[in-house]
Amino acid sequence: MTVAVEGLSIRLNGQQVLDRVGFTARAGVVTVLLGPNGSGKTTLFFCLSGLLKSCQGSIFLDGRPLRHLSRRELARLVATVPQEHHPAFPYTVRDMILLGRLPRVEFWSQPKAWDHEVVENILELLHLRPFRDKPYTRLSGGERQLVLIGRCLAQEPRILLLDEPTSHLDISNQAIVLNLIRNLARQKNLTVLLTLHDPNLALLFADEAVLLAKGRVAAQGPPAEVITPDTIGQLYGLKMGLMTNGTRRLLYPQL
Amino acid sequence: MKSRSLLVWALALAPIPVFFWALQVGAFPVSLGDLGWVLFGGSQATGTQLQAIVWQVRLPRLVLAFFIGLALSLAGATLQAVFRNPLVDAYILGISAGAAFGCALSVAFFPSLPIQVGAFLFSLMAAFLTFSLARTQGEMPTLSLILAGVVVSAFFTAMVSLIKFLVDPHKLASIVFWLMGSLSLANWQAVAKAAPWILLGAVPLWLGRWRLNALSLGETEAQSLGMEVGRERGLFLLAAALAVAGAVSVTGIIGWVGLMIPHIVRMLVGPDHRRVIPLSMTLGAAFLMFSDTLARASVAGEIPVGIITTVCGAPFFVYLLKRGGQESWKL
Repeated sequence: MTVAVEGLSIRLNGQQVLDRVGFTARAGVVTVLLGPNGSGKTTLFFCLSGLLKSCQGSIFLDGRPLRHLSRRELARLVATVPQEHHPAFPYTVRDMILLGRLPRVEFWSQPKAWDHEVVENILELLHLRPFRDKPYTRLSGGERQLVLIGRCLAQEPRILLLDEPTSHLDISNQAIVLNLIRNLARQKNLTVLLTLHDPNLALLFADEAVLLAKGRVAAQGPPAEVITPDTIGQLYGLKMGLMTNGTRRLLYPQL
Repeated sequence: MKSRSLLVWALALAPIPVFFWALQVGAFPVSLGDLGWVLFGGSQATGTQLQAIVWQVRLPRLVLAFFIGLALSLAGATLQAVFRNPLVDAYILGISAGAAFGCALSVAFFPSLPIQVGAFLFSLMAAFLTFSLARTQGEMPTLSLILAGVVVSAFFTAMVSLIKFLVDPHKLASIVFWLMGSLSLANWQAVAKAAPWILLGAVPLWLGRWRLNALSLGETEAQSLGMEVGRERGLFLLAAALAVAGAVSVTGIIGWVGLMIPHIVRMLVGPDHRRVIPLSMTLGAAFLMFSDTLARASVAGEIPVGIITTVCGAPFFVYLLKRGGQESWKL
């Protein structure tokens, strides 16, 4: 499903957080949003997941305006991995993932055998079976991230939004999560949008990059073209250097 | 897993043994054999003193305790999910006080109206008042939630006192007696008055119990899972208020049941509301039937059952706070 954002603007508390933002994200492709803190990434995600209704401009999902969808319809198309959170009750991993079925279970009904089967398949896919009956609150950061991704998959969405999925993870968990995300985009033909802090991770894992500066799109394109010492240096106000090793490129700050 | 499902059944069926035990004990002990004869013996049993005690005194009181315990515990479990905090119930949030004010107002000034209507309106008002007082930017920290409950509770309690002050002494007696939190006035009429309201509240909560899991994750997450949070939360609060209003309107304020029982259930079977809601209902019913039987049978006179539940509940609350440590006081 193609996500097309056109002229998206929003003011929050008298500040222009997003200013005529426009870009497209395609199915089967991992699109990364890069930008310094406060550049409007999280706000943009709130607009994309329909949580912020006061944005001006439009978002089209395969040509359909997002604002015409009900919450329930939207949740069947768009799934969001939230930033770190602490649930009030220690639900088990299975119960957490099962909640992804919420937009697909009738209003006053309970999840049925089919829904449980979907959950079992996801547990298998993400290698979470050993954690099945463990309380979510007792998992490590990386395991929690996997469970939240699993919950998103249970929604059977066409679009996956991940807000800084790697921010609390060590380097091996970062690689596991990002690899998984890329494979999911390919296998399930998902439109994946994620925000990252690290331009190098974007260079490694993204198919498409969008640079966001002060609520505006500074550049969009393939990471190798868009993520350069110049653009990133400008974005973060730093002098950046570049190292290459074959086709691998690595940016580093020149202090 | 095996022992877990055994536990579920034990909790689900808990009211049954309590029921048969409670019918036997009291100032006039009834043996199990006599009980069977009175309950199931048909027409031969009519007219006896035994039959009057069982059918007109103990049974209505027990059935009422069943419904009240069910309602309070159900409301507690629901409110804990909606407010995302295991430390609350209708009593702590001031919803019971709101209902009590509605009742007192009704008894004093609108005697033609069923008092459940007033109880419901003001319990609902108290629920939304506490909710909006406690919520700051989508968050509900424990401290502000409990303070909001204290404020709302204090306000409505003061309003009840004002009514007691204004009303004529004849009505005053009935208000004071009813406010004590006792089932000693129970009869079949009281059951008929309270039960429909309680059942009306219980049905949506029973049906929507799985959705409480999502709601308890917080507003934005529930929304991104496709929930119309404002509307559904309103509905759950309304259903809880219905149950509380039904309960308070016949027995006055009985505290702590709604805090304690869902907690015990969660400790035993885990936090999934698909189990917590039904089992809170049955265990709450069993607990209040048990407490009320103690209240009427343990001493020559009678202790208000509210005293028994509070004596059990207050230390339990302290225990929960201590166990939660810093976590419970997230500022």
